[in-house]
Amino acid sequence: MSYLDLFLTFARIGVLTFGGGYAMLPIIQREIVEKKGWVSEAEVMDYYAIGQCTPGVIAVNTATFTGRKVKGNLGGIVATAGVVFPSVVIITVIAALIHGFANYRVVQDALAGIRICVCVLIFNAVLKMWKKAVIDKVTLLLYLVILIASVFFDASPILMVVIAAVVGLIVKGRAQS
Amino acid sequence: MTLYLQLFWEFFKTGLFAIGGGMATVPFLQDIAAKTGWFTSSDLADMIAVSESTPGPIGINMATYVGYTTVHNHYGPVAGILGSIIATVGLVTPSVIIILIIAKFLEKFRDNRYVNAAMYALRAASVALISAAGISIVLISVFRINDIRQFRSAVFDYRCLLVAVLILVLTRWVPQTRKLHPVVFIAMSAVIGIVLRMSV
Repeated sequence: MSYLDLFLTFARIGVLTFGGGYAMLPIIQREIVEKKGWVSEAEVMDYYAIGQCTPGVIAVNTATFTGRKVKGNLGGIVATAGVVFPSVVIITVIAALIHGFANYRVVQDALAGIRICVCVLIFNAVLKMWKKAVIDKVTLLLYLVILIASVFFDASPILMVVIAAVVGLIVKGRAQS
Repeated sequence: MTLYLQLFWEFFKTGLFAIGGGMATVPFLQDIAAKTGWFTSSDLADMIAVSESTPGPIGINMATYVGYTTVHNHYGPVAGILGSIIATVGLVTPSVIIILIIAKFLEKFRDNRYVNAAMYALRAASVALISAAGISIVLISVFRINDIRQFRSAVFDYRCLLVAVLILVLTRWVPQTRKLHPVVFIAMSAVIGIVLRMSV
């Protein structure tokens, strides 16, 4: 097993993923558990669980974990480069095309329609996350305070994340709670 | 050179603080737009649409798109490619470092009481930040205003509401369509936008 194999396998995963997040799970499992046997099913589940409570994209976290396991720290970096490589190529091409055509009326009309769709997609994503995240009075209060601070007072999202982490540690961090 | 460094730094911070999947990067990108003026909020809505309709993790796609757009606006298309790469590397660097460290004591981390306690609140924070970002995208795309405080100058276009309701119904309540990939709805709304000549 070479660095090239590691890179190409994760580049494949990057291309095959459409939408990210949990949509990737079956593809990752097929490629690195079943086909390559680099990690076990249980290990992938662990990577996912940890990916959820660490910063960054879950696909990237999984790539880093797997690469590190099979080829050390450099392997982690190579696998990560592999998983992001297709995105960088595809998106750069699309972004360049959009810049070239952005002044055409038909492109502007299409984008105006698409923006409305994006609003609905975000709304749907929020509803889905809401059910898992806003589970009691403390989380509801946090949700409302951060929402109001962001919408009306342009609060820095970094500050909000730091405050939330501190609140979580105070409320739930004590022993026997 | 400073632009490249700034781009890397902004995405490094986004990568470090955006917890909970692709959409979690959106509020941070909005903050970058407001602070730097590199791109507008309506550019951001286009970026989300492109990121959702192309292969690859959404967060990575967003970083690449923003990196390209920002540098393209300053130094042209060829330099834009470098912008794509720098923003993406900036976004993944914190998570690579963190994961390489955590991998050494995997089990302990997952069952750690403090990690779970922080996550309990961070999940709510993440949804709140994404909601706020969503609200400002609604204000821009539907009401054509940049800020909720300018509500008196909002322009209401009934066609926007029509499209929003249609997509909402198709993605939530019609059993035949609700499981379809977002790219289907994005393509559909692009066609509607062209037919209704929605850009005015």
